[in-house]
Amino acid sequence: MSKLYHVSSNPHVRAASSTAGIMTLVIIALLPAAGFGIYNFGPRAALVLLVTIASAVGTEFLFGLYKKKLTITDMSAVVTGLLLGMNLPVTIPLWMAAMGSVFAILVVKCLFGGLGQNFMNPALAARCFLVISFPAQMTNFISTGKGALDAYTGATPLALLKGGETVNVMDMIVGKTTGTIGETSMLALVIGACVLLLTGVIDLRVPGSYLVSFVIFTVIFGGHGFEPAFLSAQLAGGGLMLGAFFMATDYVTRPITVGGQYVFGIFLGIMTGIFRFFGPGAEGVSYAIVLGNLLVPLIEKYTRPIPFGGKGAK
Amino acid sequence: MSEKKKTDSPLERLGNGLFKENPTFVLALGMCPTLAVTTSAMNGLGMGLSTTAVLMMSNLMISLLRKVIPSRVRIPAFIVIIATFVTVVQFLMQAYLPGVNSALGIYIPLIVVNCIILGRAEAYAYMNPPIPSFFDGLGMGLGFSLALTCIGAVRELLGAGKVFDHQVMPGSYVPINIFILAPGAFFVLAALTALQNYIRIRQKKAGKEPKKPAGCVEDCQNCAESGCGMRFYDAEGKKDAIKKTNKKAMAEAVSEPPKKALAEALSETQKKAPAENGIKENAPAANEVKEKEDSEKKAEEENKKGGEEK
Repeated sequence: MSKLYHVSSNPHVRAASSTAGIMTLVIIALLPAAGFGIYNFGPRAALVLLVTIASAVGTEFLFGLYKKKLTITDMSAVVTGLLLGMNLPVTIPLWMAAMGSVFAILVVKCLFGGLGQNFMNPALAARCFLVISFPAQMTNFISTGKGALDAYTGATPLALLKGGETVNVMDMIVGKTTGTIGETSMLALVIGACVLLLTGVIDLRVPGSYLVSFVIFTVIFGGHGFEPAFLSAQLAGGGLMLGAFFMATDYVTRPITVGGQYVFGIFLGIMTGIFRFFGPGAEGVSYAIVLGNLLVPLIEKYTRPIPFGGKGAK
Repeated sequence: MSEKKKTDSPLERLGNGLFKENPTFVLALGMCPTLAVTTSAMNGLGMGLSTTAVLMMSNLMISLLRKVIPSRVRIPAFIVIIATFVTVVQFLMQAYLPGVNSALGIYIPLIVVNCIILGRAEAYAYMNPPIPSFFDGLGMGLGFSLALTCIGAVRELLGAGKVFDHQVMPGSYVPINIFILAPGAFFVLAALTALQNYIRIRQKKAGKEPKKPAGCVEDCQNCAESGCGMRFYDAEGKKDAIKKTNKKAMAEAVSEPPKKALAEALSETQKKAPAENGIKENAPAANEVKEKEDSEKKAEEENKKGGEEK
C-alpha cells in the first residue's frame, strides 16, 4: 500500500513491458497445459485449439479492418482463442468452437470497445454462451481414443465425486482424466502459473484468496469435512486451476484495487463452492468468474484506497 | 398547435408509430413483454396484436373523455379505461385463441401496466382529438407488433430453426438454445435496435433527417412545450404556457400558469357554473379542489420541478 503514496519527480521508471509482451508470456505459460491436452486427447485437440485461435484472430482482424485499427498485434486475441479452446471438450464440432471465438471477440470484446473495455472475460463468456446453447455437445467428454487416454468414456472426475464415487487423485493431478482440453492437468497448469508468478505478470492475491476461500468453503459445506483426498480432488478437478491462475487474473476484468482483489478472490471461491456443492452441475468455475467480473465495478467502488491526507473511513 | 395539427393525419400517425417513433426500437417502451414473450414469432404477433387492440380502444376512449377527466385524477381514470379493455381482450383470447393465451400467460393481464399504453394516453390521447388518437394507437400498436414479431422470428429461427412453426433451417441445423432463453432476447433486441439506428443514421447523413419526435424522446427542453410536460397545466393554462415557454422564461412559465388556471377553476366552480374552456369539472371535484388547494399546488410544483430535472 505504501508504494501508492510515493510519488517521485520525473524521470519515472520506464518498464519494457507491453501488452503484446505480457500476452506472449501468458501464451507461453499456457503451453504446458495445452500440450498436455493434446497428448491426452489426441490430435483433434490440437485442431480444436487451432480453430479457436484462428477464428478469434480472424474476427479481431476483420473488426480491425472495419474500424481501420490494427489490434491483432497485441496478441490478446490469441490468448482468448487459446483459453477458449482449452475450455472446450475435445469432441466439440469445429463450427461450434469457431462460433464461440467469434462471440468472444465480436460481442464480448469488440462491441464493448476492444481490449480494456470488455466487462467480462471473453473466453469465459463464450464458454458460458456455448454451454447454454449446446449443453449436450459441451458436456460430451468421450475421448477419441487416439491420445494417451484410451477410449475413456464417461463422466469427469468432478461429476463422479458429485455422484459419491471415488476418484484417483494422482491421475487428476497429472491430468489423465476426462474433461475439457486444457483443464485436466493440475501439474501443467501450476507449472504455467509459476512462470507467470516468477515473471511478475500475475500475483497471488486473486488466485490465493480464491483457492484458500474455496478450500475453507469445501471443508465447511463440502460434506466431507477436512478430508485431504476429497479436498485435493476438488482442487485438481474441473477448471479451478485454469480459472484461478489464468482467467480470474485477467487484468481487464479483475478489480484494480488491492483490497478489491482479495474481495474478488473470496467471492469467486464462495461462488465456485456454491455452484459445485449446491448447484445442479458438477462444475461452477466459469459461472463464478463471469459473475465476479460483473461485480468488479462495485467492488472497486467500495475498496478505493484513501489518498494520504484524505478523509478517513466514516 | 396549428403546425402540429398538420402532422396529425391518420396516415402520418400510422407511419409515426410503425417507424419514426417505433415503441420498441426508438422509444424503448414496454420492454418487459418484449423480452419475455418473444420466444416465437407467433407469440410476438399475438402479444403485439392484443396490445394493439387495447391501445386503439383506450386511446379512442381517453381522447373522447379528455375534457371530462380532471387532470389530477387522470392516471386512475386511464388505468380503469385500459383495464376494461384488457379484460375484454383477455376473455376474447381465452374463448377463441386458448393456445396463444396460455403461451402468453400472465403477460396478457399485464398489458394494463404496459407503459406504451399509459405513455400514449398521457402523451397523445389526452391532448388530441379522437380520430388522430385512434390512429396513433393503431400505429403504435402495429409498430409494437412489428417489432415483437421480428424479434420473435429471429429468436425462433436461431433457437429452433423455425419461423411461425414452419421448419426453415435444414434438418442438420443444430438449434442454438440460448436464443430461446432469456439472454437471447437481449441479444436480438440489441442487434435489431442497432440495425435500426444504423439505417436512421445513414438516412440522416443522406439529408433525409426525420422530424424530431414529440414528447420526451430527444431532450428535456422539448418536454415542457410538447408531450408529457403539457400535462402539468390545466387546459386553460396550456396555451399561455406554450407561448411563454422558451428556454429563458422557462422558470416563469412553469410557476405561473397553473396557479392562474387553478384560481380560475376555483372561482368558476364556486359559482357552480360549468366552465367552458376544457375545465368541465363536476361539483365533487370542485370541493376537492377547494379542500386540497394548497397541497395540490405544492404537489404540482414538485411535479414540475421533477419534470424539469428530468
